[in-house]
Amino acid sequence: MTTAADHIDPALRAEALASLLIERGLVDQATMDNFIKTYEQSVGPMNGAKVVARAWTDPGYAERLLADGTAAIAELGFKGPQGEHIVVLQNTPEVHHVVVCTLCSCYPWPVLGLPPSWYKDPSYRSRIVREPRAVLAEFGLELGDDVAIRVFDSSSEVRYMVLPMRPAGTDGLSEEELAALVTRDSMVGVAEAAAP
Amino acid sequence: MTDSGGHADPAYLLDSSGPAAPPRDNGELVFAAPWESRAFGLALALNEAGLIDWEDFRQALIREIGDWEAAHPSGEGWSYYECWLGALERTAGARGLVDPRALADRTALLAARPAGHDHEHHGRGGHEHDMHNESPRHP
Repeated sequence: MTTAADHIDPALRAEALASLLIERGLVDQATMDNFIKTYEQSVGPMNGAKVVARAWTDPGYAERLLADGTAAIAELGFKGPQGEHIVVLQNTPEVHHVVVCTLCSCYPWPVLGLPPSWYKDPSYRSRIVREPRAVLAEFGLELGDDVAIRVFDSSSEVRYMVLPMRPAGTDGLSEEELAALVTRDSMVGVAEAAAP
Repeated sequence: MTDSGGHADPAYLLDSSGPAAPPRDNGELVFAAPWESRAFGLALALNEAGLIDWEDFRQALIREIGDWEAAHPSGEGWSYYECWLGALERTAGARGLVDPRALADRTALLAARPAGHDHEHHGRGGHEHDMHNESPRHP
């Protein structure tokens, strides 16, 4: 069997695997294309941003979100693979959460889409556990010594999403305007929500 | 999919500037090359068809990544989707969906195509040809 170590062009390996599976009738191109298109165009952090904005404006929703992330997220219509057990971690002035998958790339797809390349990178996956404060500083997030940093390692069972703090000066903003402040990075925990 | 803001419009998605830009853009495309999206789509299609178990695949992916990291302490040459593809090959092979020898034969056959063959393009990502002796432009 070919492996990544054989240095065969992965484009050829992927094409060969796809062609054999298609010929056997085990997969079809349309199904593959549909998944690709979905995660290229429809499922991404804008979903999570709506969840966060709702939680910022609706205390009852925030409570449900923290009690059962998957169910509260499904209320907004977001569900699917890698979303079976989403746990939401609420940032506070005292505690900042950041998410990693140390072993591979577990990530809450229904709310954040597919992970960015840095999330999958060996460097981030090992360093955020060992020296979170330094790594966050490299992302541009300087946290005071009085803020505790908690690193959560996603697993086969649990996918974590961070609920960032609502920025100051956003009292008059609509839910939609608030959602625009919620970046992907703020929901992984390597940034805060943007200022208005 | 989820609202009336026109997020499914590719032109909108590619507009990464301005306050209305979707945060998921962050200057990064989801797949860096067509083969990455193909490997991704294959895994999801096989999972949806019940032909692979996602946890089996995830364990294979963890093993591929761990093996790669052990063999490359510097981290140079990292490709997440190569690990993904390796895990998919292992999982499909273990499930008897594809014969490893047939896969190697097919790969060799595809590699032997003359340069400038009618190579399939997918998506808007780049086109990588590290080992493959093929002209980047079709004649």
